[in-house]
Amino acid sequence: MEDWRKNKFAFGIFIGPATFWLVLFFMLPLAVVWVYSFGGRGPQGQTIITFSLANYQRALEWIHLGIIWKSAWIAGIATLLCLLMGFPLAKGIAFAPAKWKNPLLLIVILPFWTNLLIRTYSWIAVLRTRGHLNFALEWLHDKTDMAMTFLGLPELMGTFHPLALLYNQSAVIIGLVYVHLPFMVLPLYASMEKLDRSYLEASLDLGAGHWRTLFNVTVPLVKPGILSGVLLTYILSIGSFLTPDLLGGTESMMIGNLIAQQFGSSRDWAFGSALSFLLMYATFIILWIKTVNAKDGEATGI
Amino acid sequence: MNDNRAIISINNLTKTFGDVVVAVDNVTIDIIEGEFFALLGPSGCGKTTLLRMLAGFENPNEGRILIDGQDMVGIQPNRRPVNMVFQSYAVFPHMTVAENVGYGLKVDGVNMAEARPRITEALSLVQLDGYEDRMPDQLSGGQRQRVALARALIKKPKVLLLDEPLSALDAKLREQMQLELVRLQQSVGITFVIVTHDQDEALSMADRIAVMEDGRVRQLAPPSELYEFPNCRFVADFIGKTNLFKATTRGTEGSNVILEIKGLGEVAIPFKGQAENDISIAIRPEKVRLSGTEPSGDAIKISGKVIQVAYYGDESHILLENPTGVVITANVPNDSREAQGRIVEGDDMWISWSAADTLVLTE
Repeated sequence: MEDWRKNKFAFGIFIGPATFWLVLFFMLPLAVVWVYSFGGRGPQGQTIITFSLANYQRALEWIHLGIIWKSAWIAGIATLLCLLMGFPLAKGIAFAPAKWKNPLLLIVILPFWTNLLIRTYSWIAVLRTRGHLNFALEWLHDKTDMAMTFLGLPELMGTFHPLALLYNQSAVIIGLVYVHLPFMVLPLYASMEKLDRSYLEASLDLGAGHWRTLFNVTVPLVKPGILSGVLLTYILSIGSFLTPDLLGGTESMMIGNLIAQQFGSSRDWAFGSALSFLLMYATFIILWIKTVNAKDGEATGI
Repeated sequence: MNDNRAIISINNLTKTFGDVVVAVDNVTIDIIEGEFFALLGPSGCGKTTLLRMLAGFENPNEGRILIDGQDMVGIQPNRRPVNMVFQSYAVFPHMTVAENVGYGLKVDGVNMAEARPRITEALSLVQLDGYEDRMPDQLSGGQRQRVALARALIKKPKVLLLDEPLSALDAKLREQMQLELVRLQQSVGITFVIVTHDQDEALSMADRIAVMEDGRVRQLAPPSELYEFPNCRFVADFIGKTNLFKATTRGTEGSNVILEIKGLGEVAIPFKGQAENDISIAIRPEKVRLSGTEPSGDAIKISGKVIQVAYYGDESHILLENPTGVVITANVPNDSREAQGRIVEGDDMWISWSAADTLVLTE
């Protein structure tokens, strides 16, 4: 086959449309947003380009730092939960009989077939005061109460008060874990699938138990997958807007919601642009850390 | 140490995968303490499954495994007094050579002060002195294998299991490692059980060999007995090269059986067993003589035209075709520089051998 990379004309035809599309609809708007971030809000809410750093200074005010810190913290908890749940899941799929692997992976990505908005609304139906989860708990409570009464211990359980599960940080974390679990499982699965089983067998053979094998052999060998999964989940979580918007309360506002607010009700596009770019810089730093780490990994043969 | 004490007793062991695949079929073997034992067979014969059952990575469906008198059923791999050298070596890539070799000691809670000299000693045993701080990706395949050996031997197992340990090495290194493994086994005195599909490997290293086919042990004997007295066509054909002829029984004459063979006519061969209808004779290609004229005497002989001369350096393999269509191979040593070219395709020659060297096979 002719190497089309050498033929400049063919090369141009192949990469032209995608380049055109990305430059026109991604790079240019991004440049506009970048310029906006140095502007200010006019009296009618219009954006005035003033070339000042005022927006970035404002972003570092305590009230905004608090929101940024909270976003980082919520995303961190969600990522940790995704890792704790995703690791055994990915290992289970990677070690399942060959004919089960693809169906199991399909189940993991099946939620993507439904719109995110609808899936998030379903969580409202599950978590709200008169939602499925509270109904289930109430039913359990009533049955226990009946059993207690039957055993001659009436009124011990008291009356059931529905739990406040929605519109708080826990609801946001539950939602983020639910949405981003596949992004953790897939990279983990990819690196566990490549893992030579004889490493684990060798560890067992040399006298190590399953836990020691997990932490001394499996985890170090699938470290690239763990790193990819964690970063992907974290980046997606920290910038998420829909989940905290629908499931969170006033005290669980994340940076995504703050940005949306600037472009919406506050009509302060300049400040919103500055916040967006701060988020993007943070993402770049995280990705840079991963690249540096990946290079280290290559050097030591992992 | 008792001379013939079984360190491993395998009794009626059966392993099936799913409902149809019988990997190991009712195998009974005693492996003697201190011997170098080989499980030999073509791929898919169940030898690796058998080894993995000894290590504890597979559970038998039926039968028992006793290691040093202790029943191994339900005992996890990390609790068995055996260690394994894996086909891929499985040297942990994220640990140094010393960390790899010391892994089993660390697991056992041996402190560093005590482990260090033992690691040095183990590395010296496999001739890797001074390699402690290397990473596995800085080692050659042969060196990685030595690390795997040291890592297993440092645990002082009752039995060392080796799964096709030489298959990934090139021919020259393989031959060198064969000798070294034997030396190592003799110096540590640990029972070695090796799985291999390579008959040369098994013959040159093992004290005893179990030849397996379709999950069953076909013959268990020392190497020379396997080669000179195979008990069935499969073993005769699998171990070394052999000329196999189908025969028809014509009767007996004293301690000889009279057989009629296409191309050879009627021959009398010493045979103690029961002469059945399904009978074959076999002759090793290095045990025949090649001559230009008809040999005299009562040797078994066949004439024909040379159809191929395959030159191997140290010897040549001559293929002779009889007018009846029977083809027979003779291995001729190239014992002088002029030997090559003495026999060429199209020559009319005789091949003969003594009745005593002929094998009679009924299975």
